[in-house]
Amino acid sequence: MNQAAIILQNVHYSADGIHILKNITGSFPEGKITTLVGPSGAGKSTLFKLCNGLRSPDSGEILIKGKSIYEYDPLDLRRKVGIALQSATMIKGSVLDNLQLPLTLQGQKIEREYAEELLHDVGLGEEFIERNAKDLSGGQRQKLSIARTLVNKPKVLLLDEITSSLDRVSQHDIEELIEKINRKYGTTIIWITHNLDQALRIGHYTWVMMNGELIESGESSLLQNPQDKRVQEFVKGELE
Amino acid sequence: MSYLTLSLTLIFVLIPLLLSRTLKLGLEKDTLIATVRSIIQLLVVGYVLQYVFQADSFIFILLMILLMIGAATQNARKKGASIQGITWKLFITFVFIEILTQSILLGLNIVPATPQYIIPISGMVIGNSMVLGILFLNRFTAEVENQKEETELILSLGGTPKQAIHTQLITSIKASTIPTIESQKTIGLVQLPGMMSGQIIAGADPVQAVQFQLLILFLLLTTAVVTSIMLGFLSYPALFNKRMQFLKLKS
Ligand SMILES: Nc1ncnc2c1ncn2[C@@H]1O[C@H](COP(=O)(O)OP(=O)(O)OP(=O)(O)O)[C@@H](O)[C@H]1O
Ligand SMILES: [Mg+2]
Repeated sequence: MNQAAIILQNVHYSADGIHILKNITGSFPEGKITTLVGPSGAGKSTLFKLCNGLRSPDSGEILIKGKSIYEYDPLDLRRKVGIALQSATMIKGSVLDNLQLPLTLQGQKIEREYAEELLHDVGLGEEFIERNAKDLSGGQRQKLSIARTLVNKPKVLLLDEITSSLDRVSQHDIEELIEKINRKYGTTIIWITHNLDQALRIGHYTWVMMNGELIESGESSLLQNPQDKRVQEFVKGELE
Repeated sequence: MSYLTLSLTLIFVLIPLLLSRTLKLGLEKDTLIATVRSIIQLLVVGYVLQYVFQADSFIFILLMILLMIGAATQNARKKGASIQGITWKLFITFVFIEILTQSILLGLNIVPATPQYIIPISGMVIGNSMVLGILFLNRFTAEVENQKEETELILSLGGTPKQAIHTQLITSIKASTIPTIESQKTIGLVQLPGMMSGQIIAGADPVQAVQFQLLILFLLLTTAVVTSIMLGFLSYPALFNKRMQFLKLKS
């Protein structure tokens, strides 16, 4: 493996007395696509929030590009390590308001052309631009959420089940877009998905998490031939 | 009014008691408690005020005001129990409002600096500030809870805590001050304000009573807006930590 964009060392995290992440040690290689799979409640989304600085570990170290997460200014970190949240939450306002939110927060506005281009990239026509974001369908919200995350031009992109509500065609379009971004800008991609076919299709590497633990990690092909019993069962269940 | 005529007013307590008894409304106990409490509390206040007015000492006035602020804080803090440090935040809000309003009133000689003016006006200001505080905290904690995903979203995109909570803060400030502003639009049309009625009954010139009532209304306008804004800006930082992470409300 080449250099790591994110390194986790003995990371523990609990909330409300629940031990959610247990001794996670591993890394996400720079400039590659790593998928993160595992059953519901495994702690995948929580791990993302730790990497983006929305939560801090109880113990252990997280290094982003070789520097401890605590050495970053939180706002700077969150712009560098962009996240598309699982909920694809929208703020009140239009599609445009939501798309340019990362810039609004810095007192700037988005260029109309750039906005249209981004929307087009994720498969939303420019006719959406003035629509009320809260009226979008689940899939449309996911598309907008991806576009919005891209506005900060993050070096690392955390994608939390961004295609779970999309039809197959849109799903492939998004995969192509993310692969393009990865190739063109060398952006490190970490992608949580419940779809193992998708993980095999797009991921160079994969992490399998269960019950707050990192069970296996390595090249994506490990999903076809897992070592761990629990992973074998999980994979069998998912690929059925 | 003599104590004899005052006792006759107990007829107005007997009416609900009898009605409650005959219709089995079960309100007797609460009615009695309410009656006894109001008699005791108001008599005590009456005598205390009498004493304070006679003594005309700054220390007594200060003590009375502190007592009011203490009681208001105690009342309002339950509504904001989920916000860290709400007790002292309420306390300094009330202290600030009191100092602000009194320094304008006394400093510009709008009212004379006697306990007869200072204490009742302080009571109204602090009482209204308390109600506003409760309205604000109710709304704000609900907004924070309902909009926590939006808050986290803004943080995740590199927004500051203030940006992340801005909408909820403004909504709550507006919502809590609107009743005060709205009620002033219709005042006098339906109901005469209590204080003005009291003054008129006590024999004051109605126009003078109105002038004084206007003073109070404007005072309460400031009270409402300043309370909500100040409480809002004191409260929201408690929802975040140093690393700009959104904390859960205490349950
Ligand atoms: N703030 C919190 N307080 C208490 N428990 C939490 C909190 N956030 C998450 N959890 C718990 O942590 C566990 C992991 O949650 P997480 O959302 O990270 O799972 P996930 O792997 O993303 O699941 P899914 O695939 O369903 O999205 C769950 O059991 C969840 O209930
Ligand atoms: Mg999740």
